[in-house]
Amino acid sequence: MELIVAAGIGLLTACGLYLVLRAETFSVVFGLTLLSYAVNLVLFASGRLVANAPPLLIEGVARHTDPLPQALVLTAIVISFGMTAYLVALALRAKGESGRDGFDDGDPT
Amino acid sequence: MSVLIVLALMALLAGAGFAPIAARFGRVQASQTAAAALVAALALLAPLVPEAMSGQVVVASWSWLPEWGLDLAFRFDGLSLLFALLILGIGLLIVLYASYYLPVSDRMGRFLGLLLVFAAGMLGIVLSENILLLLVFWEITSVTSFLLIAYKYEAHDARIAARMALAVTGGGGLAMLAGFLLLGHIAGSFELSDILARGAQIRAHPLYAPTLLLILLGAFTKSAQFPLHFWLPNAMAAPTPVSAYLHSATMVKAGVFLIARLHPALAGTELWFGLVSSVGAATFVYGAYVALLKHDFKGLLAYSTISHLGLITLLFGLDTPLSVVAGVFHIINHAIFKASLFMAAGIIDHECGTRDMRRINGLFKYMPYTATLGIVAAGAMAGVPLLNGFLSKEMFFAETIEHPHFGIHTWVLPVFATIAGMLSVAYSTRFIHDVFFNGEPINLPRSPHEPPRWMRFPVEILVLLCVAVGIAPQLSVGPLLDAAAGAALLGKLPHFELAVWHGFSLPLVMSFVALAAGIVYYVNRRFLFELHERYLPDLQSPVAFERVYQAMTAVAGKVMALVDSGAPRRYLAPLLVFAIALGLWAYWSAHLTGVSLALAGTAAGAPAGPVVQALALAGLAALAAGCLGVVACHRQRLLAIIFMSVVGLVVSMTFVLLSAPDLALTQISVEVVTIVVMLLALRFLPARAEAAEPRGRRLRDMALAGLAGGGVAALSYAMLTRPFETISNFYLANAVPGGGGANAVNVILVDFRGFDTLGEITVLAMAALGAHALVSGLRLSPYAGSASREADRHPIMLAMLVRPLLPLALAVSLYILLRGHNLPGGGFIAGLVTSVALILQYIACGIDFGRARLPLDQPRLIAAGLAIAGATGAASWLFGAPFLTSAHGHVHLPLIGDVELASAMLFDLGVYLVVVGGTLLVLTELGALSRRELGAEGPTQEPVSQKPATREPASWS
Repeated sequence: MELIVAAGIGLLTACGLYLVLRAETFSVVFGLTLLSYAVNLVLFASGRLVANAPPLLIEGVARHTDPLPQALVLTAIVISFGMTAYLVALALRAKGESGRDGFDDGDPT
Repeated sequence: MSVLIVLALMALLAGAGFAPIAARFGRVQASQTAAAALVAALALLAPLVPEAMSGQVVVASWSWLPEWGLDLAFRFDGLSLLFALLILGIGLLIVLYASYYLPVSDRMGRFLGLLLVFAAGMLGIVLSENILLLLVFWEITSVTSFLLIAYKYEAHDARIAARMALAVTGGGGLAMLAGFLLLGHIAGSFELSDILARGAQIRAHPLYAPTLLLILLGAFTKSAQFPLHFWLPNAMAAPTPVSAYLHSATMVKAGVFLIARLHPALAGTELWFGLVSSVGAATFVYGAYVALLKHDFKGLLAYSTISHLGLITLLFGLDTPLSVVAGVFHIINHAIFKASLFMAAGIIDHECGTRDMRRINGLFKYMPYTATLGIVAAGAMAGVPLLNGFLSKEMFFAETIEHPHFGIHTWVLPVFATIAGMLSVAYSTRFIHDVFFNGEPINLPRSPHEPPRWMRFPVEILVLLCVAVGIAPQLSVGPLLDAAAGAALLGKLPHFELAVWHGFSLPLVMSFVALAAGIVYYVNRRFLFELHERYLPDLQSPVAFERVYQAMTAVAGKVMALVDSGAPRRYLAPLLVFAIALGLWAYWSAHLTGVSLALAGTAAGAPAGPVVQALALAGLAALAAGCLGVVACHRQRLLAIIFMSVVGLVVSMTFVLLSAPDLALTQISVEVVTIVVMLLALRFLPARAEAAEPRGRRLRDMALAGLAGGGVAALSYAMLTRPFETISNFYLANAVPGGGGANAVNVILVDFRGFDTLGEITVLAMAALGAHALVSGLRLSPYAGSASREADRHPIMLAMLVRPLLPLALAVSLYILLRGHNLPGGGFIAGLVTSVALILQYIACGIDFGRARLPLDQPRLIAAGLAIAGATGAASWLFGAPFLTSAHGHVHLPLIGDVELASAMLFDLGVYLVVVGGTLLVLTELGALSRRELGAEGPTQEPVSQKPATREPASWS
């Protein structure tokens, strides 16, 4: 189980980073979205992986997983939406101002 | 009593706030408001006057940032009293004058608002007890004077002049900050009372010299001392009321005020004498020399201001008790005659339409009354007997004779003083003779005549004061001068007599020599002009400043270009390489010291049944497909978005599987809105990116990304298999008794860590508003299939299906909001669900359809949410508890069940509103983008209200 989650996180990071290194703004938006998934999962995983133990203090739930990382990640998810929206708006604005959807990139190294 | 000092400042700031509002009702109302604020400040300070006059110091102090030594400490003594009178009194006259000077089309709201903030800054300087607080006010005057000088901001020279004034005085302010910090360090306190009492200790300290230099740099820039004077003549680009205020009684007097204020602590050394008196003397002569050469009479007045400031500085530099008295006296006199001269000049400018003294001649015939006022004020400037300027200048002459510093060469200073006096007489004569006599006006744009009665009134008052002080000095300003000079000398006031006639003495001879020589000098001016043109044509041009300024901006631009290459990957790639190298290095160095390199730790993995395992593996496979799909298709954006949604779905499922229902709900609803945002934006970007990047670069990036991804995976695995300690048991144990909720995640969000959440929703609000600001007003042409080709944009089936869904979805979101404290849900999730429900309506039926039925002002929604959340937190103060302390109790509602009614619920409502407002703001803004483009292309839009029940042609796409 741990291995699977770790592999998933690694995959998300790798793909996210590759996309962040592209020249088009929209690819960077994709990349940052993937990266925020990865980061959220790392944060979440710091509370360790437990199935069938939601942090609800109600009858019928015997075990409780760590609620703190979940609280952190919950707001992080919403904020990463805010960031994505902002980036998209920025990309559109840049498109409107410069007529291009890439970064100002004179030197193709 | 002492609280009155602060109230006086508040009165000015309140006036600054109200004047622009009053300006909406009319100019008169605006002026009255501003005048009322100034009068209120005067009235508030009035009860403190007797104490200040009797030599006492009133101090009022409140703790602000005690660990930095910065307190809200104010003082009121004789010097403060004098300056407060000048600032507020002349301010009143300026307000009256400006309402006639400024064109009727100017509503005056901005002018009066700025003027009052500036006056508050000046008043703050003279009322500060804490020198750091003084600096805060000092900077307020720098910034507001920038705005006032650039008042006519359409004019290029006004902008340049304002920039220059800000650069010079702001730079001086920085030097002064450093000097004040050193001074506070030496004296062990930032309070003036302490600093002034420890003069000997300060002067003996090894850091005395740098401290003095830095503080004087600040004072000299502000008071336009040579060679930092050049901003002042340029600042004449400001409207004349501003010049009259800034360059007579306020702005430039701040520097000499500071010299007077800190005189007891810093003066009394060779360094002080050498520096202050030589800079003052140079400025005195230089300003007087250049003033005569100016053809623009406002320029003449500007250089004469520089010259008089030099004289005042010189008097403080001479550093005898009597010279300090003379300095304070000349501050009063200069403020009075220079303000009246500037205002008279403004009247002439106003009536003639030009300020060129080669064209303005013989005005006495056209405006005899104003001319008389101007002549008297200029006479005071020249130092003609029976006017106030004569008295302080004579005190100056008296001080130059036998000054202790010159030993046997006692003649040096008196001769210098007489020459400088002669130059002052010369330019004053030019002002009088050229403007009011000397033939007929040449080719004036307007035919001059007397100004309106009340425009002249401020000048009359000031000229009357010139005469009153000049004839009966002891009666008129004697006590005030005693109090102010006494405060500047810490009570050690020397004996002196204010009288017009001291008998036939050497200073009197010097005065008459200066007067006569000055007139002779003026008569021979043509010869002198020619000499000047031949040898020193560039003496007064601020070319050097512009050159330095341009060079500095060029260097800054180069540095920026070096640091910010414009392409994120240029700096991300090296960062990645570095991070990877750091990780590898740490790994290998650990290996060398014999630490185990096994990634897997000792902790037992989570017990997972075969079903869970199988699900997890399937999830990983789907994730891999999604991720690689995005990467492979990132140039075909529509496909990439579809793959993206697969990834989001897998992440949500992971949360479901691993006991995080709240996260799963959040993730899945965020997923919906994110995908909608991307699809909306896609419309304006080519569905396919144009050219593929070179293969080499792609391979390199793949290698980098692969290495980094592998590293993160290894680290995650290492973390997951390590033993685990948590601080969360506190939250689990206290969620129900302390927070009153069974959903530990939600209780943490809205209660235990409520302050974090408040910050986070603020960030969300800012991001949404930022996106709104970026996109609003933007016009883009679409790439993907043009709007007109999309025949069926709101399929009727979808519309019919979605409409009944809305109430259901809203009910669900309400339920989720209410139950959130005990079961998965809460403000974030409910907000997202509501947004999704509304977005679905917009998609199905068009944005106009939605807006017509549910007019939401999203920014207001966001503001309301933040206000509710903040108010909930602040409410706990009312009960004496810290910010965001929650109170709770249970209520049983029919159908819904046991509901937690905690103050935290209200907080969650705030979260809900911010989330709804934020997401809808972004989405409708992006939607409106395509609608604007439609409107521009012009397919007919039917008004929504006509056929509300059917499919709207007006669309959202």
